[in-house]
Amino acid sequence: MDTQYKETGRTRRDMMKWAFAAAAGAAAFGVDVRSLGLSRAFAQSGAVDLGSGDTGVLNYAYALEQLEAAFYTNVVATPYGGMDRYEATLLRDIKGHEIAHREFFKKALGAHRIPDLAPNFKAVNFSDRNSVLTTAMTFEDLGVSAYNGGGAAIKSPAYLAAAGSIVSIEARHAATIRELLKPGSGYFAGDDVVDGSGLDVARPPSKVLSAAGPFIATPVTATQLP
Amino acid sequence: MNLDSTALDGLEPEIGAKLASRRDLFSSARRRLGAAAAAPALLATVATQAFAQGLPQQVQDVLNFALTLEYLEDEFYRTAIAKGVVPAEHAATFAQISKHETQHVATLSGALGAAAVAKPKFDFTAGGKYGDIFSNFKTFALVSQTLEDTGVAAYKGQAPTLTGGGALLTTALQIHSVEARHAAAVRLIRGVRPWTAAFDKPLSKAQVLAAATPFIVG
Repeated sequence: MDTQYKETGRTRRDMMKWAFAAAAGAAAFGVDVRSLGLSRAFAQSGAVDLGSGDTGVLNYAYALEQLEAAFYTNVVATPYGGMDRYEATLLRDIKGHEIAHREFFKKALGAHRIPDLAPNFKAVNFSDRNSVLTTAMTFEDLGVSAYNGGGAAIKSPAYLAAAGSIVSIEARHAATIRELLKPGSGYFAGDDVVDGSGLDVARPPSKVLSAAGPFIATPVTATQLP
Repeated sequence: MNLDSTALDGLEPEIGAKLASRRDLFSSARRRLGAAAAAPALLATVATQAFAQGLPQQVQDVLNFALTLEYLEDEFYRTAIAKGVVPAEHAATFAQISKHETQHVATLSGALGAAAVAKPKFDFTAGGKYGDIFSNFKTFALVSQTLEDTGVAAYKGQAPTLTGGGALLTTALQIHSVEARHAAAVRLIRGVRPWTAAFDKPLSKAQVLAAATPFIVG
């Protein structure tokens, strides 16, 4: 499964493609270019750059949480066929968590935050359980790997603590979604995500953004992050 | 069966609650959720014996603290599986967890080298409080959940100490999220929500020791 996260030829060319679409619709994102620190980067390239230092890492997390919150909002608003009360309860909880995470970063970043990102869920069939849960698993595993890989770039112990309080919730989500997909099999922490040293996946921002890219209409770059 | 609520009261607040079936598990979950976060802090004595030979360097301290918890978890699951307390339907889940705890011991021991603390002796009945720990799956699963949730909170509590710690911090984070996956899976088996809130809380070293100490006899 890890292969689906690897760079699948999503190179600069694809990035440019997204950049095009986004630049065309920049106004639609409600971006107040003048008020944002990253305005220059946006204006020059049509892409949202996350920035540098701890602000950059927090914006990186904010971008992912925006994506997850939007996804689960859709999932809950348009339940797939056969979603029983058990699954609905879990998915509603997860939606609530992702919104709380998004709002946490929004507040923490204040005026330094990136604009609202436009998601692209065209590849997801929200009426199909397998499509929804497989996408959910992708987001959760990706989120875990992003926090695991981004932690070392955080300079403030307080921010690291905050990220830590979120990443384990993402890991609980990941395990839960995986358990729904393959109950009782050990898939919740499968060998595809935990290596022979007992370590979960850690990915640098560049790898995470390339995996998340197809789900975000707004082009995002992390030119100042590791 | 009924769990012995007096014995387990201090360990975990969900204890008195009867295990709900998988399908109706959330009916009373709201009531239970609020208290859960305080869980492991309640066990009595804070003994520092096992950690008295604290290594001079702060980072080694953190790693040895983590290693001690992993020793505990590793032996706990290996013993449970050997004694046959895990039913077949959950065998794959606990085999996976057990494998990871063994790997965590190896990973942390490897990182510490000669500075690694020795493995303590454990009493998983906590002096007889959980006498049926390896014969009653419900008791076992309850203690398992507590150990996993405590492990998650322990790594979380120590992570800020490793700020700027590069690869070492990354390794700790990678173990931390695996423990969180474990915790969620065990909670689902127990018929409780796999989380308590949108944000997981850290525990201090003293709080973790308070939870772990009853299981450490020397």
